[in-house]
Amino acid sequence: MRDLLVIFFAGVLLNNFILSRFLGICPFIGVSKRIETATGMGMAVIFVMAVASVITWAVQYYILVPLHLGYLQTIAFILVIAALVQLVEMVILKVSPTLYQALGIYLPLITTNCAVLGVAIINIRENYDIIQTAVNGIAGAAGFTLAIVLFAGIRERLDFAPIPEALKGFPLALITAGLMSIAFLGFTGFKLAALFGL
Amino acid sequence: MVYLKAILSLAGLGAVFGIMLGLAARKFAVESDPRVEKITGVLPGANCGGCGYPGCSGLASAIVTGSAPVDACPVGGQVVADRVSEIMGVQPAPARERQVAKVMCGGGEDKATSRFAYIGIRDCGAAGLVSGGPKACTFGCLGFGTCVKACPFGAMEMGADGLPVIDEAKCTGCGKCIEACPRGIIALVPVSARTQVLCRSHARGAEVRKVCKVGCIGCGICVKTCPNSAIVLEDNLARIIPDKCDNCGKCVEKCPTRCIVMTSQRDLHTVVTGGVGAGKGLSTGTEGPGGCCVAK
Ligand code: SF4
Ligand code: SF4
Repeated sequence: MRDLLVIFFAGVLLNNFILSRFLGICPFIGVSKRIETATGMGMAVIFVMAVASVITWAVQYYILVPLHLGYLQTIAFILVIAALVQLVEMVILKVSPTLYQALGIYLPLITTNCAVLGVAIINIRENYDIIQTAVNGIAGAAGFTLAIVLFAGIRERLDFAPIPEALKGFPLALITAGLMSIAFLGFTGFKLAALFGL
Repeated sequence: MVYLKAILSLAGLGAVFGIMLGLAARKFAVESDPRVEKITGVLPGANCGGCGYPGCSGLASAIVTGSAPVDACPVGGQVVADRVSEIMGVQPAPARERQVAKVMCGGGEDKATSRFAYIGIRDCGAAGLVSGGPKACTFGCLGFGTCVKACPFGAMEMGADGLPVIDEAKCTGCGKCIEACPRGIIALVPVSARTQVLCRSHARGAEVRKVCKVGCIGCGICVKTCPNSAIVLEDNLARIIPDKCDNCGKCVEKCPTRCIVMTSQRDLHTVVTGGVGAGKGLSTGTEGPGGCCVAK
């Protein structure tokens, strides 16, 4: 239980996918103009990352390892993720067309989100078991959501600030992202194990 | 053997996912209006968002639900609008006239006077900041081609007389040049509106005469001449109401300063169909296109 908590908080804060690992930057910049779309994107990513983590873990240990096909990891994982996103798209369209509308183009974009592939590969590299894998997947996506929603909040406010013409839009967004990343570096000092080991 | 194993396992994985997705597609199939798909097929597929909807399929569903008109796609133009209305089973939308940009100033270097030599950044905005720009007419084209640089379609170039020329075949009517022009003398007009008052000067007649050979002096002769009452005089400047104008050319003949002009679509250059004489000669000491003006 303790190390699950450690994995979770490490995934959200210390190893934040966007701000520390620099994965999944394109949706981070692209979908962060408004808090609502950022939240929607975050929710979809949480679902996809959690399920993708578990399935890729199963693919790795029940198919690739027994057949000595470790070198096919990347391509096999991409297959899993792409299929999964398709499935999620269908389900959401059926269950909640409004949510589907709101997510729009961002839903299929998750397929090419490197953070999803990243979490799958990290799970294997860290030798997590299936529970840890699931927790890490959720944590990674939660960290993604946290970062993108915070970022969207900042950007919404920046719209009303007097900003020099040359910095408006993406330049300022990139600078903001850099500053947020520096801020998140502050978590690196945390001794999570000690924190939860009390 | 190694390859076979790899190929088979990946193919197997793909097949399993494929079958599962196929089943899921059946199970989660959503009844959708077949017209949406048809219209999406007809739309250009540029997904540019020019219509204000998220991509072409977004517009397609909006058209089917009736919240967007059949001719909402700005890229597809009339052809697409007609095909969409066919799918929707409605009367094709009446043709919307193509709009092109027009520079509403005829005061080229040989016709308009300059007050001083401007040596500085070759940009209309910058030049205009220096006590209203080198041109004696503070309404006229500054001639540094800021609009030409702004045109994303290469539809503009500087003419020999220091005024921009618009290639109407290439102009999409995007309006980028209008935004760029610090003088606000570029306007979008329907292509068929050939008769134009090429002047934006609200100055009084006597002042206009001093600074420009082809400026509108607000004499009102065109207003009286026009058989369709398509011309109005507003604040010392004649304005043609495009809906009423039938391009008869009577005002062009009568205008004493030749500031009303009939443009021909074919050669894209301004053609003055009125009498000759006015606007010729009297050069004002300029050094070729875009060169610095020297005070007379
Ligand atoms: S008077 Fe009219 S035509 Fe002459 S330079 Fe001024 S705006 Fe142009
Ligand atoms: S900028 Fe746009 S409107 Fe102006 S001339 Fe070029 S294409 Fe036409």
